[in-house]
Amino acid sequence: MAKSPSLFGATFRRDLLLAFRHKGEMINPLVFFLIAISLIPLGIGPEKALLMRIAPGILWVMALLATLLSLDNLFRSDFDDGTLEQLLISPHPLYLSVLAKVLAYWLATGLPLTLLSPLLGGMLSLPSGAFIALCSSLLIGSAAMSLIGAVGAALTVGLRKGGLLISLIVMPLYVPILIFGASAVTEAARGNPFDVQLAVLGAILAIALLLAPLATAGALRVSVNG
Amino acid sequence: MKFQFDSVDAFLKMGGHGAFVWASYVIVYAILIYLTLAPVLSKKTFLKQQKKLLHLQKKSPENSQ
Amino acid sequence: MNWQWFHRLGSPRWFYEKTDAWVPWLVILAWGLLLVGTVWGLGFAPMDAKQKDSYRIIYVHVPVAFISMACYYIMAIAGAVGLIWKMKLPYMVMKSAAPIGFAFTIIVLATGSIWGRPTWGTWWEWDGRMTSYLVLSFLYLGIIALQNAFQSRDTADKASAILALVGTVNIPIIYKSVDWWYTLHQPASLNLTSAPKIHISMLYPLFTMIAASYIFFTLVLILYTRAEILRRESKTQWVKDLASGVPSKGDKA
Repeated sequence: MAKSPSLFGATFRRDLLLAFRHKGEMINPLVFFLIAISLIPLGIGPEKALLMRIAPGILWVMALLATLLSLDNLFRSDFDDGTLEQLLISPHPLYLSVLAKVLAYWLATGLPLTLLSPLLGGMLSLPSGAFIALCSSLLIGSAAMSLIGAVGAALTVGLRKGGLLISLIVMPLYVPILIFGASAVTEAARGNPFDVQLAVLGAILAIALLLAPLATAGALRVSVNG
Repeated sequence: MKFQFDSVDAFLKMGGHGAFVWASYVIVYAILIYLTLAPVLSKKTFLKQQKKLLHLQKKSPENSQ
Repeated sequence: MNWQWFHRLGSPRWFYEKTDAWVPWLVILAWGLLLVGTVWGLGFAPMDAKQKDSYRIIYVHVPVAFISMACYYIMAIAGAVGLIWKMKLPYMVMKSAAPIGFAFTIIVLATGSIWGRPTWGTWWEWDGRMTSYLVLSFLYLGIIALQNAFQSRDTADKASAILALVGTVNIPIIYKSVDWWYTLHQPASLNLTSAPKIHISMLYPLFTMIAASYIFFTLVLILYTRAEILRRESKTQWVKDLASGVPSKGDKA
């Protein structure tokens, strides 16, 4: 057990390093987010009042879709080159190595998405009062989405064509996060407090932190041994 | 307890809501009947198929494992 | 302590032979109660003061809504039992429950949407409960899709069991959050979502239909599981005997 933190650190550092070496995979979801948001005014017209009204929901839905895009990569390369098998047979708790991988994944995808969101909020004329809500809700929400998405990624990692299937099984599970995340931004845009929504998002993150790595670890065992 | 409608016609019309009520019940019963019959039929076809396979195996024992 | 009964539960053959005698009785009971409840609800229950006769859809909508939620939990529990005790039968029950539950959510959505037309004046209202059932149907679809994606039956079983368990944790959260979302966006004009004042004589047919749908679900789950057992055990001697019509005597469990 004494060595577990070091394996946690090693997995975390390795995954983060790999993510930064494959810049394309890291940047693609961001580009998707950017382009998809730019399509909205083209589709519904540039009227500011309308954009302002729908901006919170659109930003959150698009951020959700962008996180789905990269999920398939979370365990894929480790599965292909056998690293995953090594993690499974190592005596260290799989819970911690999964947590390390998800944390590195979130830093490489969720965090940049959060940092990019104010820019896109500006493009959709989001009121200035809502930017803090947008960033904080996306920060917590994307972490929870990474954890829950990891379960889907682990379940489908053994499949050649897992990409679309992940979205199918994970999207319904994202519903509560979307509801509270978008609501936080909407309320902030109207000048109302949004601490309740953030608190609920935090609670969801806490539950996900506790249970999702367990389910992910179980799913990885099934996928690798099956 | 008594029948709530004066005539068969009133029963079918349900005060103008007949189409909605009857359509719901038709959909529900169609799905329920399907759920009851589908496994029974698939079991029957499966057993028939198995029987054919076994028969073929008996006919040519050298080919069977 | 005698654990024999528990291990027997894991034997598909035992289940198949045991339920053989139950099926006809369950068919009579389930369909009998369904017909009694339907005639009662359609013809004999008094008319609702506010919704008039359109409220009679409640007798199919609500019982099926109950059972489609319960079905998910039964599916997840079966999956958990399969994962923990490594038994074959629970996985077959789990796989059978998914399409049944999906069909039930389709019934709930269809009848709810038809009911919405005379009540709310629209075929689809983003009502809290309807939205929850829409998400529930997506969860069932996910399980079915995952189940079908794998080549190996064993992997498919375990993977969908894990997904079902994850869904079980999520369902209350989804339900609560959609409920909260709806109260936030609820237009003031729609007050009919609160249940109509139900007279006691309207409740008896409702209870009949609820009992009927539980028994019907039991029946259909058993029927689907029996078909699945035969498909999965097709290499065993007892299924071969069954297929060729030989009355099996040898008791090899």
